[in-house]
Amino acid sequence: MTITKATTHVTQNEALVFERSQVGRRGYRLPALDVEETALDEILPAELRRDDGLEGVPELSEPDVVRHFTRISTWNYNIDLGLYPLGSCTMKYNSRLNEKVARIPGFAGLHPLAPEEDAQGALRVMYELQEHLAEITGLPGVSLQPAAGAHGEMTGVMMIRAFLDARDGVAEGGGARRGVMLIPDSAHGTNPASAHLSGFTVKTIRSTNEGLTDLEHLRELCAAGDVAGLMLTNPNTCGIFERNIKEICDIVHAAGGLVYMDGANMNALVGVARPGDMGVDVIHLNLHKTFSTPHGGGGPGSGPCCCTAQLEPFLPVPLVVKAGDAYKLDSERPQSIGRVKAFYGNFGMHLRALAYILTHGHDGLREATEAAVINARFIAHGLADTFDRPFDSPPMHECLFTDKRQTRKGVHTLDIAKRLIDYGFHPMTIYFPLIVQGAMLIEPTESVGRAELQQFIDAMKEIAREAVEDAQTVLDAPHTTRVGRLDEAAAARKPVLRWRPAEKAAGA
Amino acid sequence: MLRGLGLGSAEELFDSIPSDVLLKRPLRTPAALSEVELLELFESMAAENAAARRPSFLGAGAYSHYAPTIVDSLIQRSEFFTAYTPYQPEISQGTLQAIFEFQTLVCQLAGMDVANASMYDGSTAMAEAVLMAERVTRRSRVLVSAAVHPEYLQVAETYVAHAGIELGRLEVEESSGRTALDASQLDQTVAAVVVQSPNFYGCVEDLKAFADEVHAAGALLVVVVTEAASLGLLRSPGACGADIVVAEGQSFGVPASFGGPYVGLFATREKYARQIPGRLAGVAYDKQGRRGFVLTLATREQHIRREKATSNICTNEGLIALAATIYMTTLGRRGLQEVAEQCAQKAAYARRQIAGIEGFSLPYSAPVFNEFVVRAPGDAAALLRRVAESHNVTGGLALSRYSPDRPNDFLVCVTETNKRADIDALVAGLGANAGGQ
Repeated sequence: MTITKATTHVTQNEALVFERSQVGRRGYRLPALDVEETALDEILPAELRRDDGLEGVPELSEPDVVRHFTRISTWNYNIDLGLYPLGSCTMKYNSRLNEKVARIPGFAGLHPLAPEEDAQGALRVMYELQEHLAEITGLPGVSLQPAAGAHGEMTGVMMIRAFLDARDGVAEGGGARRGVMLIPDSAHGTNPASAHLSGFTVKTIRSTNEGLTDLEHLRELCAAGDVAGLMLTNPNTCGIFERNIKEICDIVHAAGGLVYMDGANMNALVGVARPGDMGVDVIHLNLHKTFSTPHGGGGPGSGPCCCTAQLEPFLPVPLVVKAGDAYKLDSERPQSIGRVKAFYGNFGMHLRALAYILTHGHDGLREATEAAVINARFIAHGLADTFDRPFDSPPMHECLFTDKRQTRKGVHTLDIAKRLIDYGFHPMTIYFPLIVQGAMLIEPTESVGRAELQQFIDAMKEIAREAVEDAQTVLDAPHTTRVGRLDEAAAARKPVLRWRPAEKAAGA
Repeated sequence: MLRGLGLGSAEELFDSIPSDVLLKRPLRTPAALSEVELLELFESMAAENAAARRPSFLGAGAYSHYAPTIVDSLIQRSEFFTAYTPYQPEISQGTLQAIFEFQTLVCQLAGMDVANASMYDGSTAMAEAVLMAERVTRRSRVLVSAAVHPEYLQVAETYVAHAGIELGRLEVEESSGRTALDASQLDQTVAAVVVQSPNFYGCVEDLKAFADEVHAAGALLVVVVTEAASLGLLRSPGACGADIVVAEGQSFGVPASFGGPYVGLFATREKYARQIPGRLAGVAYDKQGRRGFVLTLATREQHIRREKATSNICTNEGLIALAATIYMTTLGRRGLQEVAEQCAQKAAYARRQIAGIEGFSLPYSAPVFNEFVVRAPGDAAALLRRVAESHNVTGGLALSRYSPDRPNDFLVCVTETNKRADIDALVAGLGANAGGQ
């Protein structure tokens, strides 16, 4: 095998912080108490106070803490090491400048309940971001409150519920409400979970053998008469643009429902096409995908909702509005679904997303989209002869392959993914979308150059060759990591979800 | 690259998009800014946030605490902040081990058996606890203390609107400031009782007394903590009998940042582990017997269970949970206690001083940790505005923001970061401005 991107090297071992703890060590110092001391019993009676002395909480020096977290950090793959092609996750470069912006003391130190007149700068940041997101999506109503994509989905779907109840005049406990949310079989799992949380029954729409929403099936389901709406990802999770999007929206609207778009894949569209122009009623965006706020090992995200003027009254409260020269929080919105989070959303992410939009400019935003699509096309082209492609349509920002050709030798998608690790890459998204057996969904983003894309293609081809000539090497991968494949089934059977002192005694 | 792909122009990349939905003009967003211009712009907007420059006694769900420098410097390592959800455990062990440490620390502080990898924040964690209580008990009524943070209650109302759960209300005793448990409401339909301690008014609730009555009725006790620093001094909710503990973890090294990103803590008893929402990291071993960590019990989650999942949550607050983990580790057993004791001591000092000002009183008698309600002789919002101008301190939160019927009351929060001189300035400011009604 030829591995060009990475070389193996020594990694440091490191125990859990609890196993490293030594009584009496400390890594902090507070200023001495500068007020007269009150007897603790006078402040709080003993029965309200802890009596366990916080036993088990570790004691470490500052260098101990720094070494601990530095060592374990080196066990992570990350965007700054290179291509991180998780499909539908948009692992693009996270600018250091945006981190600096979020740490400006006038923002980082601002309390959310500060009087509005003393927080005008923060409200302006939110207002301007709302305006830009409205322009990018073509949908004028914006709430920045949802904390992540799934949270934005829940918000959007609840807005549909509230709109329909207002339009159809269904009072609480009253007559039959439209109860069905249509979701394609290729959707993210969060879509049905969010629909359920909003009180809808989910019906699944089939995909065609082109990887598109089946219009006939959609018409059939709409004809049943109880349709509240459709949740659609576009480009869909197969990386294909739903070219019938206008017709899809027309069918749903004619049936009295609304269209919710999952914006997970907006990185294929910014500056090129707008959901509002397609007939979409409400969308959530993932600022941590399209607008480059850091993924942080699994959050914080940010999932703003953008909607038509018709749905605007139903957005969560409060909304940031402009009155003359002043920015204000508007909570007097009687049709609102209410509040979905304390305060105003993940403001630190709003800052970073606004910085991203302003440093790219309108032309830079479109160029990023173009580059993301070119890169996905390059990979699709490079691997077309080696791996099975389930659909012929040209990919947008991500491309989909399967393990069909490799399974003949017993090598599956999971094995290919694990072997990629040895070649120095983070694997792609695997076994998603669920409608494609052995799916491998590859999203390179715009943040990678041609040379590294070629290295990735070469690595994938090499693995395909190994799958034929030396399958066992692929089946046993990864070979270069500090742990091999972990027994997840055993972990779920007898879950150990926290450290306890006994673990140490057992020599773990 | 275009030519290699057989394309004549960038426009052809989008041939699969029908022309009638293509945007045929440039976006109407501003032209690109350089790094220098961008920083100038944001610095100038930050300068419009006068509140960030003033000593402050605002709490009510977001707290100012000392954060060791290493917290922010370690979370800015590329390996942490530019990684994603640990879908591939072999190359995500740093994130996974940190989650496992976070879960353990949350359990230790809350006095519980199991904690998840984090929720969006305290308010959504509370809403998820309400939904979980319904799943566990199959009962549909949840009684929520009126002394829970008003915004947390609003979030819960939104979450349960279509879940077939009815929220009832437990009133606050006028003299003590504590929640009154109305036994007549505790019938067989009640899934859970939700109390916050210290509550929104700063009063420490008698959780043990609650636990006995709630459990006798077959319901769960959900305890909400918005000021996590209190866990360094107060008896843990678990030791008091809580079944689910949810908390806002912002106090643990996370900047106020105008309300987010924060981190929700969620912990429960072992027997409910499979009903918990969100991600969980657990121990796993490879073929050579080496210990590692994986995301586990995923069959609860949306990517497998879809509409039958315990929650729709996917991305949580990984990096903020890491900041909290580093904070708790750096302060350690003694530091967490020392911070909590300093908060309580300084608040006790401020209470004495404010109670001594002519015309001011403390309406509630229950013990407090670091927040308390003050009753002013006139309109509190106007008074606090004058104090900010004359004495350069943000003196607290006028309760009229949430309760228009309480124009004279305000909530003061004191932490270890408030110097005695700031407290004295607040006291002087209140005294000097109280007359100008």
